[in-house]
Amino acid sequence: MTESAGAPAEIGATLFGHWRPLAARYPFVVVAAIIILVFVLAAAFAPLLWTTEPLALNPLQRLKPPSALNWFGSDQFGRDVWTRTVYGTRVSLIVGIAVAVLSISIGLFVGMLAGYIRLLDGIVMRVMDGVMAIPGVLLAIALVSLSGASLVTVIIAITVPEIPRVVRLVRAVVLTVREEPYVEAAIAAGTRLPQILIRHVLPNCVPALIVQATYVCASAMLTEAILSFLGAGTPPEIPSWGNMMAEGRAFFPIAPRIILFPGAALALMILAVNVLGDGLRDRLDPKLARRV
Amino acid sequence: MLTFILKRALSTIPVMGVVALTVFLLLRLSPGDPASVIAGDYATAEQIAKIRTQLGLDQPIFIQFAHWLGDLMRGDLGVSIFSNLPVTTLIGQRIEPTLMLALTTIVFSVVVAVPLGVLAAWKAHTWVDRAVMVFAVVGFSVPVFVMGYFLIYGFALGLHWFPVQGYRSPFSEPGQFVSHITLPTLALSAIYIALIARITRASVLEVLEEDYIRTARAKGQAEIKVLLRHALGNAAVPIVTVIGLGVAFLIGGVVVTESVFNIPGLGRLVVDAILKRDYPIIQGLILFFSFLYIALNLVIDIAYTVLDPRIRY
Amino acid sequence: MTAPVLDVQGLTVRLPARADRVNAVENVSFAVTPGEIVCVVGESGSGKSVTAHAVMGLLPARQLTVAAGRILLEGDDLLTKTPAEMRHIRGARIGMIFQEPMTALNPVMRVGDQIAEVLDIHTKLSERERRQRVLDVMASVHLPEPERMIDVYPHQLSGGQRQRIMIAAALVLDPVLLIADEPTTALDVATQAQILKLMKELRERRNTGVLFITHDFGVVAEIAHRVVVMQHGRVVEQGATQDVLRRPRDEYTRTLIRAVPSLSPPARASVADAPVVLETKHLMMTYKAGGFFEKRREVKAANDVNLCVRRGEMLGVVGESGSGKSTVARCIARLIVPSDGAILIEGADVAKLGTRALRPHRKRVQIVFQDPYRSLNPRRSVGDAITEGPVNFGMNAGEAVARARNLMRLVGLDPDALARFPHQFSGGQRQRICIARALAMDPEILVADEPVSALDVSVQAQVLELIDDVRKRFNLAVLFITHDLRVAAQVCDRIVVMHKGEVVEEGTTAAVFAAPQHAYTKALFDSAPGRNFEFGKFDQE
Repeated sequence: MTESAGAPAEIGATLFGHWRPLAARYPFVVVAAIIILVFVLAAAFAPLLWTTEPLALNPLQRLKPPSALNWFGSDQFGRDVWTRTVYGTRVSLIVGIAVAVLSISIGLFVGMLAGYIRLLDGIVMRVMDGVMAIPGVLLAIALVSLSGASLVTVIIAITVPEIPRVVRLVRAVVLTVREEPYVEAAIAAGTRLPQILIRHVLPNCVPALIVQATYVCASAMLTEAILSFLGAGTPPEIPSWGNMMAEGRAFFPIAPRIILFPGAALALMILAVNVLGDGLRDRLDPKLARRV
Repeated sequence: MLTFILKRALSTIPVMGVVALTVFLLLRLSPGDPASVIAGDYATAEQIAKIRTQLGLDQPIFIQFAHWLGDLMRGDLGVSIFSNLPVTTLIGQRIEPTLMLALTTIVFSVVVAVPLGVLAAWKAHTWVDRAVMVFAVVGFSVPVFVMGYFLIYGFALGLHWFPVQGYRSPFSEPGQFVSHITLPTLALSAIYIALIARITRASVLEVLEEDYIRTARAKGQAEIKVLLRHALGNAAVPIVTVIGLGVAFLIGGVVVTESVFNIPGLGRLVVDAILKRDYPIIQGLILFFSFLYIALNLVIDIAYTVLDPRIRY
Repeated sequence: MTAPVLDVQGLTVRLPARADRVNAVENVSFAVTPGEIVCVVGESGSGKSVTAHAVMGLLPARQLTVAAGRILLEGDDLLTKTPAEMRHIRGARIGMIFQEPMTALNPVMRVGDQIAEVLDIHTKLSERERRQRVLDVMASVHLPEPERMIDVYPHQLSGGQRQRIMIAAALVLDPVLLIADEPTTALDVATQAQILKLMKELRERRNTGVLFITHDFGVVAEIAHRVVVMQHGRVVEQGATQDVLRRPRDEYTRTLIRAVPSLSPPARASVADAPVVLETKHLMMTYKAGGFFEKRREVKAANDVNLCVRRGEMLGVVGESGSGKSTVARCIARLIVPSDGAILIEGADVAKLGTRALRPHRKRVQIVFQDPYRSLNPRRSVGDAITEGPVNFGMNAGEAVARARNLMRLVGLDPDALARFPHQFSGGQRQRICIARALAMDPEILVADEPVSALDVSVQAQVLELIDDVRKRFNLAVLFITHDLRVAAQVCDRIVVMHKGEVVEEGTTAAVFAAPQHAYTKALFDSAPGRNFEFGKFDQE
């Protein structure tokens, strides 16, 4: 109880200060963090990682099995699967992080307004219920297919269906916090509404939002892959994992690795982000941890 | 009780209204011009204009919405641009495989996930619990199509236990139905099982902290009965809620699974429509799935009153 | 003397590693004979609940383990029993009831079934016999209309009725020992009195031995044959009730008993000439319940409340939960807007002022809340909490901090602790911080909403003293909300008694306590546990 109420500074100290006890207590989380770090480094230094040009066609090297030249083999156009898998990390990370940042910022803003302004609450929440009722993947597919495929469209299309959940989360926190005696004491001390939101409400949203951000990030990477896989995602010339798998479908029986390698990378990335999210949740938001 | 059901049913109207408006605006206000998208890259200006008139796109947006909403109320979801068949007819033709896949998945997931979750809560913080939770987080993380291809690779291409793809109706070929539906069900269930198992574990664990659990123990009740009779009964509401909310994941998953396993259901219908930009179908199916989701969650809301006497009706 | 039903010998319960002490309970010995009520009394953390749970075999696994001792139930050592054997004993030979009747019953199970569950587990009665037994035991705990009540759910019952259901379930198999863990703490005084009466009656009729855990010496004086006083996991004193209460040998016992506020008000200097600072006129607060489909109901949380508080005066607002006393407090602090009536602060009506117009009046009324754990933002330092108000009203930060340091000293805390966070303080210290925060605004009126009811009795006395001290020092008008007659008797100059949203009685504390006029006030005074006992007057003194 008192531990969970720790100041932000303290949480920072326990998260980043003492590595050894952390690794002993949360082995999965530390492994997940390392995996994510490896992916981030791979994305940043993709050209240095024994890769070739991701779009380079090589008609002589079509559908080759893994070899010293092509570690993960080559696809039907003779492109190097290793190279494309490494470059695919970039797309996943960009989409995941962009969607997380966008949906959390928009959701935070809308959620605080809805939680504190009664008049807006009803309308905003009905709209959110409506958007939530539309299956997210379908909504995103429709948005992309109608606006034309580009990385920006994909990010926006994935962000829209993620917003309602963030709004609901923020609103729930606001509604609980505004009833707390310490907020009432602040009102009695003449603190104005914007200050109450910034000083008292926002800090109480932060832990839940950090956790939510990781889940949104994982979910966004997943949706991006699904969109690309269905042909309604990032443009085919961008080497994303979903695109690789979509293109490999026809050759799956003879060259399953074209799908399995990016598929495994995608699964590993999402798994690592989810595990990190679970770890953060246990640490930052024990109450939420017991809920889900 | 009746007024309660009526009240809840009425409360879905604004939500459905928002859905309808969103779907309408989505397609009208998106930057691409639907008419030229539909007409294709090589269409002439006249062709585009003709399609625009055909779709009523040349009229003011309010009138368009009113027309569209009026059609919607009468159950008219529009006509496919390519096949010229009403969208409702197309849905009728394709609904069976989707419904079957969804049903097998829900039943299988609940049957597997709830006992797993209870087991994990009972054995909380032991290796059993950890194993279940690792399984759950993996199930939640492996994308459904990756799961599908891994399953095909192992059980269809490798072991030849199941066919690679396709669908058979349970009403004409029950045996074939089972062997065709198994892998898609497994692939689609992973995320759903993970979701339900997690919430079951969390809710049961939370209930186990309650005072009335201590009361039950003080009466000398056996641990297994405490778990099933007192804990699970009180955890039912959040579990059922997540089963309902999880249908959103399920719908997204169905679309993908049908593509992977080449099942001729609504998911394939919508993917094909997207590739061809057949947008009355896209619009109609999004609406159809959304209303289905709303209706299902309405039923679950009503079910709460049975599960928890404190919920007033 | 008859053989004891329960004989605890040298019980030691180990805490998990890294706790603040090694043992939760250390070398505890006491006995309960048939038909005897033994009260184990102590403050939070004394180990009294752990002792009860150890007897029941319900210690949380992996956290608390019995390290030594014996627990003999009719000569039979419970600590040597297997879990399955213990299950046969629990419910059949030992019954237990808990503090919170609201949460101790399964909300989705009919109450009759919850009583029948005990019969289910331990007997092989037929459906019909079982129902009859349940009806019988429900009648014996004086539940009205058992035939109807057997099929209702817990949320349809009042707190007192639920506790009766708990008692019925605990006693249905006539156990030799009943363990009651603070069974009346969550109940209103009147209900508490009824439940205590019921327990006395049942003990007499069934000759059950009762192990009664409590923190309340009033309850001890009311019900106990013998008392066991615990502190920090050890028994510091035990003996017959009259001996322990009148001739305590241990210093801690004496401190505890002395800290129990007396029901007879001390003499207080009159402030009848001081100017009126706060006045409410026909204050109304109505809540509307029901919606579009249900019939609209109006709940009058406060109905025509007229109060006045003079400078330097402490006005007690006394009432049970739901009496509307907190609603009045929140209206006066303008945390809610009253439906009707006037709130005059030095003559200016603030009842209906909007946010902007209210602002200058904000600093004149400050409030201290009941729950010290929720009154301070866990993510902000104590210094931030105290300086927030003055800075809002334009004081510069340096000056505000200097003032906060002074106030910390004034409320008895280290000024250097301003940089610390709330979780580093105890409940009593937090309440001191909240008082400092209120004083930082230099208010004229202090609203204290149950400021000591979440605190242990010894801490309670100190915080009360502090509130009375700052009243004198700053010549504050204090509105003191409490459900506790003892507390009201000690610190208030005048008292108003509230019941169902209305003021039923008003007068100086001395007058009201000497001769209550209204029937409700009389009933309230009659229910106060230990009212016939003068605490702290020890025989040797």
